[in-house]
Amino acid sequence: MDNGSEPTVVVDDLHVVYRVYGAGGDKGTAATALMRVVKRQRRPSVREVEAIRGVSFVVNHGDAIGIIGRNGSGKSTLLQAIAGLLPPEQGCVYTSGQAALLGVNAALLDDLTGERNVVLGCLAMGMSPQETKDRYQSIVDFSGVGNFIDYPMRTYSTGMAQRLRFSIASAKSHEILMIDEALATGDANFRAKSHERIMQLRGEAGTVFLVAHNLAEIEASCNRVIWLEKGKIMRQGYDVPAIVDAYLEATGGEPRKREKPHDTDHVASG
Amino acid sequence: MRERARDQGGPGTLTDDLALPEVDDAAPPAEPLAELAARYRLRPSAARPGVFAYAGQLWARRYFIMGFATARNVAMYTEARLGQLWQVLTPLLNAAVYYLIFGIILGTNRGVPNFLAFLVTGIFVFNFTQRAFITTSRVMPDSLPLIRALPFPRACLPIGYVLIELEQLVMAMVVLTVIVLATGEPLTWYWLLAIPALLLQAIFNIGMGLFLARLGAGADDFSQLMPFLVRTWMYASGVMYSIQTIGTLKRHPTITYILQVNPAAIFISLVRNAILQSQRLAWPGSKPYDAANCALYDLKGAHLENSAYCHGTLTMSQLWLFGAGWAVVALVVGFVFFWQAETRYGRG
Repeated sequence: MDNGSEPTVVVDDLHVVYRVYGAGGDKGTAATALMRVVKRQRRPSVREVEAIRGVSFVVNHGDAIGIIGRNGSGKSTLLQAIAGLLPPEQGCVYTSGQAALLGVNAALLDDLTGERNVVLGCLAMGMSPQETKDRYQSIVDFSGVGNFIDYPMRTYSTGMAQRLRFSIASAKSHEILMIDEALATGDANFRAKSHERIMQLRGEAGTVFLVAHNLAEIEASCNRVIWLEKGKIMRQGYDVPAIVDAYLEATGGEPRKREKPHDTDHVASG
Repeated sequence: MRERARDQGGPGTLTDDLALPEVDDAAPPAEPLAELAARYRLRPSAARPGVFAYAGQLWARRYFIMGFATARNVAMYTEARLGQLWQVLTPLLNAAVYYLIFGIILGTNRGVPNFLAFLVTGIFVFNFTQRAFITTSRVMPDSLPLIRALPFPRACLPIGYVLIELEQLVMAMVVLTVIVLATGEPLTWYWLLAIPALLLQAIFNIGMGLFLARLGAGADDFSQLMPFLVRTWMYASGVMYSIQTIGTLKRHPTITYILQVNPAAIFISLVRNAILQSQRLAWPGSKPYDAANCALYDLKGAHLENSAYCHGTLTMSQLWLFGAGWAVVALVVGFVFFWQAETRYGRG
C-alpha cells in the first residue's frame, strides 16, 4: 500500500440492516393479526436481516477493487451503502464525491419506452436537458437495442434491458464508479464493448468497485480484492490471485488455471 | 471437510469451514477511520444537506421532476384500449355518478343555484387534492427500487406525483369549462381567478404530499387508512352541498366557520366564485346588507341567493388570504418534515 496515496472511500465499521415485511411465520389471517394487536406483540413477519455486519476498509485513489463472495454475502448491499442509497444502521461511509452505481437492479421505469428511460435516467443523474439531447444518440447506439427504443421497457429481454441500463449509467464519467454484475447477461459482443467502456471509465474515475461472479473478470480488471462472507470481510488485500484461489478453495470451485501459477499454499492447507 | 465445503446448497453450510482468521493485507492506518476521513475532507455518503442546499438540489433536478411527471402520465393509460381518452372520461364519469346520487336521488341541491355546475366544480377541485393525497402517501414504498438505484433528492418523487395530478387537473378543467358553459354560466374575466386559486391549491398539495410521503414511508397501515380519511374530509368540505345551507350549522356559527376555512373548502370556494357567477352573486356579503332579504334567507334556509344580503362570515379577500396561508404553511411544514428523514428513505 502506497502511504502517500489519497483515500477516496473510507468505510468505518459499517452495519446495514434490512427490514423485511411479509417473511414467513404468520398464518396471515385477520384473526391472528387481531390477537397480535391485542397481545401487543410485534409482527412476526417483520424480520431484520443484517446484511453487512461491521465492515471497515480504506480505498485509495486509483484502486480498482473486486468484491467477491457467494450469493447473499452482502456484496450488492455494500455497494448500495457506499453509494448512499441504503442508510447505515451503524457506522459510516465517507466518500470524496457522489459514487455512481451501475447495477442489475438499477430500476428504470418499466412501463415507459426505452427513449423516455434514457432521457429520465440522464436527467436524474443531474444532466441538463441540452446535455441529455447531445448524448441521447450515442447512448442508444451503444446499447444496440435498435428499434426497441420506442417500445416500453417491460417488453425487453433481460439482456436488452441490462444493456440499456449500462449505456445510460456509463454515459457520464464518475469520480467513484461501482459496477454490480452489470455485464452478466449481455452477449459476447456487448461484453467486449462494455469491458472497453469500463476500462475507459476507470481511467477517468478515481476509484472503481467491481462485483462479479466471473473471477477472470476480477483478476483482469482489479488490483485489490475484498472477499465477503455473511456480511463480514473474510479476506482482503492486493494479492488478487491468492485471495481468488482461497475463495475457490473454500467454496469448492475448481482452481483457476493461469499461465503463471501462483504460490497459494498458506491458504490451501486448511 | 472437503465434502462439506463443496456443498453450496443452503445458506450457513460453510460457516464452520470458513472460520479462518480475517487476513488483511491492506491493513488500515492506525488512526481512527473517522479522523482519517475528516483529514482528507471526505463526507458521509448518506449525509443530509442543509435545508436550503436541499431546496437548491431540487431546483437543479426540475427537468427530471417534470419529465418524470409527464412520462408517468403518458404511460398511465397505455394498457387501455381507449388510451388517453380516459383522462377526459374519468372526470366525466365521476361527475355523472355524483350528479345521479346527490342531485337526483338524494336531492341535496337545497336551493343552490345551478347545482350541476356547483357540484361538478366541487368534485373536480376536490379530486385534485384527493388523488394527490392518496398517491403521495404510497409514493415512497412504491418507488423503493428507484430509490435504491439512483441518488437524487427524494422529494422529487412526491412533487412529481403531485405534478402528475396537476396535469390531469388541466384536462379535467377543460371538461369542466364545457359543462359549466353548457349549464348557462357566462364566460367572464373572473374566470382567470381560477388559475391563481388552482396554483395555490397545487402548492398546498405539494406541501401536504411531502408530509404524507414521509408518513407513508414508515408503515403501510397509513396508506391503507388514507382513502377513508380523505373521503371523510370530502363530506365535511361542502363538495356536494353548500355549507351555509345546512340548517343545524346556522345555529353553530363556530363549526360553520371551521368547515368554511378548512383548506379543501377554501380552494373549492375560490374556484366556484371564479367560474360560477351564480355562486359569486350568492356569496354572503357580496351585496349591501339588507335585513329584510337576509331574514328571508335565515327563515327559509333554502334560498341561497338571499344570503348575499347577509353579513358574510368570510369575505372574498379573506378567502384568498386563507388560501395563500394554507399553501405557505403546508409547503414549509411539509418540506422540512420530509427533508428531516431524507437519508432514511432507502431502508424500507
